[in-house]
Amino acid sequence: MHESIIRKPLVTGTPDMHTVTEDICRPVESTPSKAWWIGFSLAFAGFILWLVSFGYTAWVGLGAWGLNKTVGWAWDITNFVWWVGIGHAGTLISAVLLLFRQSWRNSINRSAEAMTIFAVICAATYILAHMGRPWLAYWAFPLPNQFGSLWVNFNSPLIWDVFAISTYFSVSCLFWYVGLLPDIATVRDRATGVRKQVYSVLSFGWTSSARSWIRFESISLILSGISTPLVLSVHTIVSFDFATSVIPGWHTTIFPPYFVAGAIFSGFAMVQTLLLVARVVLKLENYITLYHIELMNIIILVTGSIVGVAYLTELFIAWYSGVEYEQYAFLNRVSGPYWWAYWLMMTCNVISPQLMWFKKLRTSLVFTFIISIVVNIGMWFERFVIIVTSLHRDYLPSSWAMFTPTIVDVGLYVGSIGLFFTLFLLFIRFLPSVAMAEVKLLLKHSSEEAKNKAKKHAHPTHQPVEGNVVIATTATIKKGESNEE
Amino acid sequence: MKNKKFAIGLYDDEDVLKAGITSIQNKGQEIFDVYTPYPVHGLENVFFVPRSRLPIAAFCFGCLGLSLAFLMIWYMITYDWPMDIGGKPNFPIVSFIPICFEWTVLFASFGMGFTFFMANRLIPFSTPRIMDERATDDRFVVAIEVTDNNESSVADLIRQSGAVEVKYKTF
Repeated sequence: MHESIIRKPLVTGTPDMHTVTEDICRPVESTPSKAWWIGFSLAFAGFILWLVSFGYTAWVGLGAWGLNKTVGWAWDITNFVWWVGIGHAGTLISAVLLLFRQSWRNSINRSAEAMTIFAVICAATYILAHMGRPWLAYWAFPLPNQFGSLWVNFNSPLIWDVFAISTYFSVSCLFWYVGLLPDIATVRDRATGVRKQVYSVLSFGWTSSARSWIRFESISLILSGISTPLVLSVHTIVSFDFATSVIPGWHTTIFPPYFVAGAIFSGFAMVQTLLLVARVVLKLENYITLYHIELMNIIILVTGSIVGVAYLTELFIAWYSGVEYEQYAFLNRVSGPYWWAYWLMMTCNVISPQLMWFKKLRTSLVFTFIISIVVNIGMWFERFVIIVTSLHRDYLPSSWAMFTPTIVDVGLYVGSIGLFFTLFLLFIRFLPSVAMAEVKLLLKHSSEEAKNKAKKHAHPTHQPVEGNVVIATTATIKKGESNEE
Repeated sequence: MKNKKFAIGLYDDEDVLKAGITSIQNKGQEIFDVYTPYPVHGLENVFFVPRSRLPIAAFCFGCLGLSLAFLMIWYMITYDWPMDIGGKPNFPIVSFIPICFEWTVLFASFGMGFTFFMANRLIPFSTPRIMDERATDDRFVVAIEVTDNNESSVADLIRQSGAVEVKYKTF
């Protein structure tokens, strides 16, 4: 593979292969730092809150939430869509960027994939809780039952969602684990005693033979190929939960692409939040560089702009359709009782990412961290606005109502963030958080050292010189540090 | 089972490894396997590893998933228990698309995944032949099966091909 020498290096400093192993295995092999313990204690407290809130909901029923006859879906589905959306960036980084041969994904794909899995787990808990009787969740699957030949309704987008989310979760787990095998083997080969035995079982006996690598690359590429439409289908189907209904504000054809763009937008914001903290706490600044942060900010800018266009298109189509219910739904969003949520959404999602046009801002770590949080808040409000503002004033003005969350709603939401971070912190403690093998692949052609050498050799070609000098330079490159692999 | 003895050569650079493999093979010596810390691109041309047939497995399993999903939905809502839900037809083929797609991906992924694990003999609790533990860190390893008669000549061959270290291991 050729890579332009004027591109920024993907690995800074001058680490060799052994240093990469040392740096990335350190958090797994050493005792956890004070920062990890503080983070884990907070996250675990959140997890306990989630357990209590979920348990209470299961015990007393959905009356524990702030739902009413008019607003039958509120924070539960808002949080579900928010978490599923966050998960999408992981698959996007591991699948779509691999298909497009973007090597900068190599340092960040592992944490992003882990994020996907944990986010989908959080999302699934809302579906489970929202059923009211979670112990009957298996009714959503087409299983033979004792009620006669009664099957699930395959015309319903909610059933499509069951299949989409369960497939997405299983395939993401497979993709993640296959990618982890070589790195678990590295940890195994460095470990002793009980740890060696545990990692031996987890590594499935990976030997890093050439034949295995060929198959590894083949499976990675095909999984990327089939995960790319999968990730698009999942959020498209999530959007069908709304778009196939007759509720004004939901029944729109723009929902599938708009939801997918929003998912990538919020997912990348969460990746930024996690990686900005992880690179400092785990001392991975050489592998997750400012260049990575900048590239992800550019994706946030692009997807944020798509989301902005979608908001404006929705407004235009509501007006242009001439349907008074549709027009009222959007007028109500903009200037009704929830106007503050709508304008918070617009500010966070449409205006804030546009600041990324300025290089100084998109390469600032502090600014990026703030924007990543702002975008996540904005995207939560986007789902809240879509769901609650469309439901609270329906076709019948006598049934109009407002939604107010209860303490259990808040507990479930804050608790799910605790659950997510508990899982993520356990992941970075016990498994390599950066794909070591894939980073080592970059050292030869994309590290700072390799770039400097290549630039040194290639320099004369930039000048208008005679043919024989160019030939000499080409020979030097071939003889010296090859950029090919 | 009879123990096998291997001469193991360790290299510290992928280009030296590729040149080394070619020089060993040119001398007529067969190589048992090569182990690398990351996927070395172009190694398959030197070491002559056949192309993976995982794409074929993925295609076949994908077709199976598609067919099973279609048959399942057709059987359940068209044949076994047709129901009138909101006046929708009993053979709503467009409604089949999302689940058929999901099962195609699910079966292709997991079918290919199991094939991958089987082909590489990746099984939990297995005890693999680990030629050198640095193969997962920073060394490129070439393993050649030897007998008592040829072990020293093979070791010389490996050394001449650019290896930084040569050792023996019996499994």
